Amino acid sequence: MVDAPPAVDADVAAPVEDKFVVATQRQLIWMRFKRHKLAMASAYVLIFFYLVAIFADFLAYADPQHTNGDLALRPPQRIHVFSGSGVSLHVHPVISHRDPVTFERIYSEDTSKNLSIKFFAPGYEYKLFGLFPTHIHLIGVSGARAENVLAIFGTDDQGRDIYSRLLLATRTSLTIGLVGVAMSLFLGVVVGAISGYYGGRVDLVIQRVIEIMRSIPAIPLWLGLAAAMPRDWPIIRVYFFITLIISLIGWTELARVVRGRFLQIRDEDFVTAAEMIGARPRRVIFVHILPMFTSHVIAATTLALPLMIVAETSLSFLGLGLRSPAVSWGVMLQDAQNVQAIALSPWLLIPVIPVVLAILAFNFFGDGLRDAADPYDA
Amino acid sequence: MVVPVRYVARRLVWAVFTMWAISVVSFVIIQLPPGDFATTYVNRLAQAGASPGDIAHARQQLGLDKSGFQQYLSWMGRLLHGDLGQSLSLNRPVADVLQGDLAYTGVLVGAALIVSWCIALPIGVYSAVHRYSPLDHVMTFLGFLGLAVPSFLLALILMYFSFDWFGISIDGLFSPQYETAPWGFGKVFNMFEHLIVPAIVLGAAGMAHLMRIMRANLLDELGKPYVVTAQAKGLPKWRVIRKYPVRVALNPFASSIGLLVPQVVSASIIVSVVLGLPTLGPRLLDALKAQDMFLAGAIVLFLGLLTVVGTLISDIVLMVLDPRIRHAG
Repeated sequence: MVDAPPAVDADVAAPVEDKFVVATQRQLIWMRFKRHKLAMASAYVLIFFYLVAIFADFLAYADPQHTNGDLALRPPQRIHVFSGSGVSLHVHPVISHRDPVTFERIYSEDTSKNLSIKFFAPGYEYKLFGLFPTHIHLIGVSGARAENVLAIFGTDDQGRDIYSRLLLATRTSLTIGLVGVAMSLFLGVVVGAISGYYGGRVDLVIQRVIEIMRSIPAIPLWLGLAAAMPRDWPIIRVYFFITLIISLIGWTELARVVRGRFLQIRDEDFVTAAEMIGARPRRVIFVHILPMFTSHVIAATTLALPLMIVAETSLSFLGLGLRSPAVSWGVMLQDAQNVQAIALSPWLLIPVIPVVLAILAFNFFGDGLRDAADPYDA
Repeated sequence: MVVPVRYVARRLVWAVFTMWAISVVSFVIIQLPPGDFATTYVNRLAQAGASPGDIAHARQQLGLDKSGFQQYLSWMGRLLHGDLGQSLSLNRPVADVLQGDLAYTGVLVGAALIVSWCIALPIGVYSAVHRYSPLDHVMTFLGFLGLAVPSFLLALILMYFSFDWFGISIDGLFSPQYETAPWGFGKVFNMFEHLIVPAIVLGAAGMAHLMRIMRANLLDELGKPYVVTAQAKGLPKWRVIRKYPVRVALNPFASSIGLLVPQVVSASIIVSVVLGLPTLGPRLLDALKAQDMFLAGAIVLFLGLLTVVGTLISDIVLMVLDPRIRHAG
């Protein structure tokens, strides 16, 4: 197969051929993946997302739990670049007052004062990577607490800063998907391998069970399970339980993919050879067969991730997933549940953007991986 | 047409089996909350000044002193006699509470499925025939978006834009003047008007999925010799396409309809909550939050029933479309 590389432009064919002959499987996959422009772009988007998740505290300027009743539902703030004397990033402090007729809160800028924005400024205390206590943030305001002045994306109904919360939410939502997908991966690979390797009656029973699981609508099932969580559980336990619930669906698709591959490979000579030498089923499955299509499993896993993210967002949005003080995209969107909120303070919808972006990026990335996973078929 | 009794019978047995599995799941959900499902009820009795003897009596009456398996059997027995139990939070029989909601949910899910088929089919065919045309690219892009954006976010976004641009609110199932009006032509028409947006929102993901499948399958067929032959013999282009390759490509299309039903039912719950539709969705959420487990269990059961019936219908549609299944028996 290696001596028939995919057709490339005739004039560069010779060196390319050499490259293909000596390339390892991993290099071939990488070469092929690079050709998929959308998948490459998505890879960068995802790297950006996870960097944000890692440095969330540093990038945020306000304590995500800091409430401020006087600054509730503040619209996104303008950051001014030019001041009278030259270029300097600054904001104007806001003054809140109430409309005498409707009692609606109105915010206006006090243009007489400039508060300049500082980089690497001190702010609330946190632990970088959960280890190093520090209070340095990427941005801050000189001479005032950032919580009381800045609101790049506005504030929610308790006066909490949406920008800072969004960064922390990104961390929660993206990691909950990873943990969930790891669990589905385990279940899917084990069940799929057993089903595909043994075949026959075992396969029949497992496939029927999977078929039933797929025909049960997922959301009512999750809701029912999530509602069983006692209200007073600590966040960590709720987090773990939610990942467990959402991984309940992801595994069926993975099991299907793995089983299909096993059925194809089961009768190959090398498998028979391994069995002849006396390798036990567990060894044949995990040492001989599974490594054959690791790349496929990785691709299928990537495609399962957005499902997990949507699941967590949906559950939290409905109020049965993570709950305050935990912050996730779904928890944030809970504030935007009715027409009034959306009409009066549309900035509450900002978390929709990262949700859609992350899902799209994971889908394109997974598609690219799946296409690249078979470097030998052109 | 010969009715393939064996095929239908096999699907029916399968449907009953799935329904049974769903009933077990529903029962598990009823049993899940800490304590047992009537702890709330017993607590209420105690607050009302009931003596320990009364409470023990109530437990016995509700069958709480028996094993889980026996409780399941008696719950099933009552279900089969049409007794769904009592809603503890609303103090009404569950069957009464759910009557209207179930009908609305059925109408909504049905509308969403019909919308997604009716839109996906022609667009998929067009995209395949005019491959790489500007409209094909636009549709492919929209299809990816439709697949990626979860339906409740789509509902939120549409709600915002309809309010921001047109100043109208798209939630609810009736305009205020029809809310309490008796059923009549006007009210039905009003309901359909309000159904359009939810149906499109719910149908979007499925629509995108079906469109992709139809496009891919038709592309596989279009290059085949029989199509070229038919065209070479001078048949008009659209007649060829309509008569042969589209019919072949319909098969995988129809089989994915069945997989779509559980997804649409699932999505209808959360979309109903966002759009304020009086379906089983908001009812389930309220019931779960109030730990009204009889009501919640019954709703999960009904949602399962809706799914099973929907899947059965699409299996039969598939059979009508594809003689290979019809004759295989």
